This record gives sequence, C-alpha cells and structure tokens, in this order.
Amino acid sequence: MTRHVLDAVRLQWLTLLMVLVSATPLSAHVLHGQATGFLTGFGHPISGLDHVLAMIAVGLWGAQLGAPAVWLLPVTFPMVMAIGGFMALVGIPLPAVEIGIAASALLLGSMVAFEARPNLGVAGTLVGVFAVFHGHAHGVELPAGANGLTYSIGFVVATGCLHAVGILFGGAYRWTAGKMVLRLTGVGIAAAGVAFFWSAVR
Amino acid sequence: MSGIGARRTAMIAGAAIGIALIPGRVEAHLVTTGLGPIYDGVTHVVSTPDDLIPTVMLALLAGLNGAAAGRRALFALTAAWLAGGGAGFVCGQPIVPSAAPVMSLLALGALTAADRRLSSLVVTGIAVTAGLVHGALNGAAVAAAGREAIGLIGMGSTVFVVTAIAAACAASLRAAWPRLVVRVFGSWVAAIGLLMLGWELRPVG
Repeated sequence: MTRHVLDAVRLQWLTLLMVLVSATPLSAHVLHGQATGFLTGFGHPISGLDHVLAMIAVGLWGAQLGAPAVWLLPVTFPMVMAIGGFMALVGIPLPAVEIGIAASALLLGSMVAFEARPNLGVAGTLVGVFAVFHGHAHGVELPAGANGLTYSIGFVVATGCLHAVGILFGGAYRWTAGKMVLRLTGVGIAAAGVAFFWSAVR
Repeated sequence: MSGIGARRTAMIAGAAIGIALIPGRVEAHLVTTGLGPIYDGVTHVVSTPDDLIPTVMLALLAGLNGAAAGRRALFALTAAWLAGGGAGFVCGQPIVPSAAPVMSLLALGALTAADRRLSSLVVTGIAVTAGLVHGALNGAAVAAAGREAIGLIGMGSTVFVVTAIAAACAASLRAAWPRLVVRVFGSWVAAIGLLMLGWELRPVG
C-alpha cells in the first residue's frame, strides 16, 4: 500500500517535470532569440570566477551553519540579487560594484575559512548586501536584444545551481576531514577575493 | 520501488526528455502545431514560460495550503482563465497592463517562498486574479493573430491539467525538505519576477 502511494507521488512529480521541461525556450529561441536569452543569462553567473566563487561560498557557509541557514541563505541571495538587477535595469547606479563583488568573495570565503557562526540575521544581511552587487553587475551587463524572461530565468537558475554545488560540497562538513577541506576551500576563496580586490582597485 | 513502478517511472522520465527535445514553433507568441486551434492552445501554455511558470507557481502555492485550497484553485484558475480569455478575445486588444503578468510572477513567487498559511478563500482570489490576467492577454493575442477563439479551450484544458498535477504534487508533500525545495523554487520565481519588472520599467534608448 505504502509502495503504491510512493509510486503515485513519484509519478505526479515526474509528470510535472515532463510538463515543465516541455516549456522550451530552446525551441522558441530559434525564431525569437529566447534561448539566446536563456543561455546568455545562464552563462553570465558562471562565466566570471568572482561570481562563481562567491555563490559557491554562500552554499558552503550555509552547509556549515546548518538548518535553517542552509536553505535561508540560498533563498535570500537570488531575491536580493534581483533587487540589484532591478536597480541596474531601471538605471539606478551603484558605486564600486566590482569592489563589492571582490569583497563578497573575500568576506564570504573568510566566513567559511573561520567557520564563523553569527546569528542568522547577520548572516542573511551579509549575504543580502553582497547579492545586491552581484545582481547589479548582471543587470548592467545585460546584452542588447536578449529576451528578458528567458535571460532572467537563465541567470537565476545558474545562481541557484551554484548555491546547490556549494551546499552539496558542503555536505562533507559531517566528516572531520571534510570540515578541514571546507575551511581550506574557504581560504582559497578568500585568497581569490584578495586578488579580485587588487584587480578592482588597481 | 517495485520493478513495474521503476519501469513506469523510467518511461515517464524518457517521455519527459523526449518532449523536451521536440522543437516548438512560435508564431506571434502563439504556437502553431498544424493540428488545429485546440491543440495550438494546448501547446501554447506548456511551451510559453510566461504562462506556464505562473500556472505552476499558483498550483504549488495552492497545494502547499492543503488539498481543499488546491481543489478550489484548480477550478477557479481554469474558469477565470477562460473568462479572461473570452473577454480579451472580444476586446481584441490587451485589457490589462503589460506589467500585470510580471506582477503575478513576483507575487506568486514571493507568496510561495514565504510559505505562510493562506485561507482557501485567499488562494481562490489569487487564482481568479491570475487567471483573469493571463487569460485576457491570451485572448487578446488569439484575436490579434486572427486565430479561432476555440483555441482558448485548449489553453484552459492545459491550465486545468497542469494545475491539477502541480497542486497534487505540492499537497502530497509531508516531509519538511521537499516543501523547502518548493519554497526555494518560489524565491527563484520571485527573483525572475522582480527582474522582469525592472525590464518593463527600464528606460528605452
């Protein structure tokens, strides 16, 4: 009986998945540039090492902090990042965007390296502030002619995937050796942040 | 999972991948399948993220608020979509602001991410509003493209099926983590909605 219920639930979700994947921006893009928008949007967060490292650091830090931070930080980041993107799209300037992005890699990497455990509000605020810089950079660098919806879908999904990579990798936190590996990864991200910072202020 | 269940799951997964690989043809925001207006309408909803994402989000939101809210939303959304579609078709031009679908993405995503318990009445009201907005835009697009109004029946049918599946999925969730996954999905949709709002408001030129 229980097995039948489980099968039914799995079938429901698979059917929903089937419907969702049938919304094919890829096919539409052949005629209207929608896939160009999706692929451009998806490629944007993963094309810059500064973005990639900062977002993976969010996932790693969430995994170190455990519930509820492990899901709250990745929920916070895209929503606040969208505020930064919104500001860029409507023409509200944000000073020192590159420095902010570099600082995000430096500070978030340091949080992972030191296994910092501030309260949830502080952690959320820190992640949220940096998310604005990342979102603004995405909004400003939006290519002309890209499809707005599919570009947005692509770049939010890519951001979420990077967080997921961090959280999955952060699963190593349950082992003693894994904790050390995570902290060393944090050191590496912070060191890269220093390099980004130097490049931004030079 | 039993052997039969595994085979059935694998078949559906294969079908999903197959459908994902089928190239769609979009013409003036409407799909032409070559199978007639009803099938054009059926295909339009599942191949248009602007309509599919809000439909799925509303269904997930309703499902998270319980089976009763899901059932009400199922019929309310479909009926409102058809009513809005009829009104949009008769008017022949968009009768809702172009930013309205964007606002529905933002609102539905934010509500799902928040996962606050809503009464069935509120969920029904949201379903009616979303259905009227998206239906009206679809109806106007059908009229503007010189298509037959019967295509709206196809759209309504797809909205009904998609809502039924997604709401059932969400209502069946018992453990905490799958609900969290749905909330994360909601936050993504809210972020997409906010970006789209910026897109709508951005200075031209």
